Amino acid sequence: MTTGKNPSSVRGMKRRSFVKALGGGIVLFFAPWSALDLMALPAEQRRTLTKDYNAFLHIAEDGTVSCFTGKIEMGQGIITSLAQMMAEELNIPLKSVRMVMGDTELCPWDAGTWGSLTTRAFGPAMRAALAEARAVLTEMASEKLGIEAGRLEVIDGKVAEKGNPSVSVSYAELAKGKKLERYLDVKPLPEDYREYTIVGRPLKHSDAFDKVTGRAKYTGDLVLPGMLHARILRPPSHGARLVSVDLSAAQAIEGVKVLRDGDFIAVVSENRDLADLAVVRINAEYSFDELNVSDSTIFEYITRGEYRENTVTEAGDMMAAPQQCDRLFEHEYHDPYLAHAPIEPHTALARWEDGKLTVWASTQSPFGLQDTLVREFGTSLENVRVITPHVGGGFGGKSPSQQGVEAARLARMTGRPVMVAWTREEEFMYDSFHPASVIRVKSGLDKEGKIMMWDYNIFLAGTRGSEATYDIPNVKITNYREDRTKYRVHPFATGAWRAPNNNTNTFARETQIDIMAAAAGNDPLEFRLRNLKDEKMIAVLKAVADRFGYIPGKTPSGRGIGISCGTDAGTWVAHIAEVKVDTTTGKVKVVRLTCAQDMGLCVNPQGALLQMEGCLTMGLGYTLAEELRFEGGNIKDRNFDSYDIPRFSWLPKLECVIMDRQDQPPQGGGEPAIIGVGAAVGNAIFDATGARLFRVPFTPERVLKAIAVSEGLRSEGLMSEGHKPESPEGQVKGRRLKRPKRQKRMTN
Amino acid sequence: MEETIRFKLNGRDTELVNDPNQILLWVLRNHFGLTGTKFGCGIGFCGSCTVLIDNEPVRSCMIPVSDVAGKSVVTIEGLGEGEELHPVQQAFIDHDALQCGFCTPGMIVTAVGLLGKNPSPTRDEIAAGLEENLCRCGAHTRIIDAVEDAAVKIRGGKGK
Repeated sequence: MTTGKNPSSVRGMKRRSFVKALGGGIVLFFAPWSALDLMALPAEQRRTLTKDYNAFLHIAEDGTVSCFTGKIEMGQGIITSLAQMMAEELNIPLKSVRMVMGDTELCPWDAGTWGSLTTRAFGPAMRAALAEARAVLTEMASEKLGIEAGRLEVIDGKVAEKGNPSVSVSYAELAKGKKLERYLDVKPLPEDYREYTIVGRPLKHSDAFDKVTGRAKYTGDLVLPGMLHARILRPPSHGARLVSVDLSAAQAIEGVKVLRDGDFIAVVSENRDLADLAVVRINAEYSFDELNVSDSTIFEYITRGEYRENTVTEAGDMMAAPQQCDRLFEHEYHDPYLAHAPIEPHTALARWEDGKLTVWASTQSPFGLQDTLVREFGTSLENVRVITPHVGGGFGGKSPSQQGVEAARLARMTGRPVMVAWTREEEFMYDSFHPASVIRVKSGLDKEGKIMMWDYNIFLAGTRGSEATYDIPNVKITNYREDRTKYRVHPFATGAWRAPNNNTNTFARETQIDIMAAAAGNDPLEFRLRNLKDEKMIAVLKAVADRFGYIPGKTPSGRGIGISCGTDAGTWVAHIAEVKVDTTTGKVKVVRLTCAQDMGLCVNPQGALLQMEGCLTMGLGYTLAEELRFEGGNIKDRNFDSYDIPRFSWLPKLECVIMDRQDQPPQGGGEPAIIGVGAAVGNAIFDATGARLFRVPFTPERVLKAIAVSEGLRSEGLMSEGHKPESPEGQVKGRRLKRPKRQKRMTN
Repeated sequence: MEETIRFKLNGRDTELVNDPNQILLWVLRNHFGLTGTKFGCGIGFCGSCTVLIDNEPVRSCMIPVSDVAGKSVVTIEGLGEGEELHPVQQAFIDHDALQCGFCTPGMIVTAVGLLGKNPSPTRDEIAAGLEENLCRCGAHTRIIDAVEDAAVKIRGGKGK
């Protein structure tokens, strides 16, 4: 357990000075964990883990136990749930735990806070390390009390003799007057989650007091002596190049300094207002070389593309499959660009001191930013420190942290600390948007209503959540990715948006399933259960139906009830939505949204519930309204006056069920409940009106159009969908119900 | 260029010598260090910069500091008394009505303004009163719960 190794440095800081900085007490260093190394992280974001030991736990002389983690808190509540795990493993009161998060100098390396990975991947490693730490403390107590370790137990921060609690020593007493360092090698071991007492208890946000009083410090709230506020000159669109610039009007403003390094131009001032004023006085001309694509042509543009393709899954015999089907269904689903739109825009404060750079940043990836800064300034890890204060929302958008580089550049140019706090317009312009994507599905049913074939093609969405999910004998899933050497699609940056692209895949799959259920004349829940073998999926569907009080019925029933299900981040999730559709305006109101999820052991049921509610609410955005408008590289939505995110009046009645799975390892909770909102609401609109929607968001115009299409079909007596396999594809008379014009085939 | 502006800030008489055209938000944050009032959009559409001016919720990103001359400004920092929280603040904690916390000060200040005018709002009235305040984390339902609860507590406290 304890090794003799005594490494010379702890990442980025000499070990001695690190220990000195902590004061007295016991510092436990842990070897890098294999669990961290094994996390499924994007290859480009991985860094070879240091072979050195990482500081992790500090037990101070007053008994306070500090946990150092590279994870960050952005509202998802891990500041509470990780503290809960610590308190559990060390048998200490929660109030004795202090979390030190996202500081590259103090905390062990971490790739970033995303993918709902904190609890499921970091959690077990952390618990194993804590169990080890407890053993070390017990061993120390054993020496002190002269009682063998086997006869000791830990209760409430004290190591006591079993059955004789008066003979005890507290962690504080063990730490008192000590300057002790221990080095541990740990491997996560399976545990019995059932014995947990603190874990599994609902706890409210431990940082709530600071947040309701305005005391919580976000990056933009920090002040350093001599600090300057910066505004950076931005081109009017992505792809625009600076041709000429006149800085004189900005330079004429007293209290403002104009800085230039090539095309990078900024104004700095001690006064934010003056910087705001000066930057708009800069007169710049640009040349434009942009993609000829806009929000109205993007999907056609995507379907014309050439892509790199790979087969994700292949099972059964796809050639023979159509002949096993009684009816085939072919549809295409569209999902637009979306902004993350956290209420806190990207912000960073940078300071250079004796060649050492410190950057405070609103980031989901402090170590990623540290790497970027090291590359950018040709310096070493030892010289760059990133500190993460409170982060005002991320949702994937704060994994890239360009603002940190900008602040560091300006701090170097001025020799003073510089704050770069993006405006909302900059936030929209330089977001890494959820990518526009297309899903094309061809599926088939036999006479008994069993799904026999599933040919699923993903264009640009990625594979997360693309599993066939249902029990289907013939499956082919193909992924088409952008190949910029052949065909450039996105005119601006794209990236991970809460449950990246699982929303797209779940929308496509669960709508397609619903279409088949209706065609088969089945109740959509019954149809799903009949075509599923996955016990966990069956269980969450039954649980959500139970909670909703679901009464089976053939769709469209006029009731406005829709179902969906799926998996994300190791969690199984099912939704039922109830909607009211105003058929004269096309406006959709979601009146009820019920969700059940199986996330294994739930560490903090209160926090998990909040995450579910947050997912459901945010899900209403991409479902009903959010869609980035653009023309080439020109982002047209630059603020909340035109980009609408969910508001109070949109709120349905929310009901959440967390399955009791305390005997299972914990899974992700930050994203799963968002994936099925689009499909459940779309299916509910169909149930209410008979109108089928193939593109999110379901704006009033699209709903009206879909209603008109469905009424046209109904008048021709074409209620049920699907066509015989022998018919020429999609050419059955009067059956082209999806949209007026059929899209061209893609050239792959 | 500079002017003397007298107003009440969080209950205290305040005299400020400043450019009168400076935006109130930046004066509060940079001059007075009251950083609980947040910048979110700069055009009055998100509500995170909301303060009370003579008990009325106002977007501080939209007005020059000279507008508050002779008036009383209350920010999130001025709501409680010492360590004693305002009932709306306490209710936000009790109902876990926040996640990232960035919109929270604006939400609380707007809610306090709302309850000042309507001490017994229905849930729909609370929703309508907060409609122009944006929250991206999705704490909306709990925020309504919190404001509803705070209203009851405030009324109870006054013996009504």
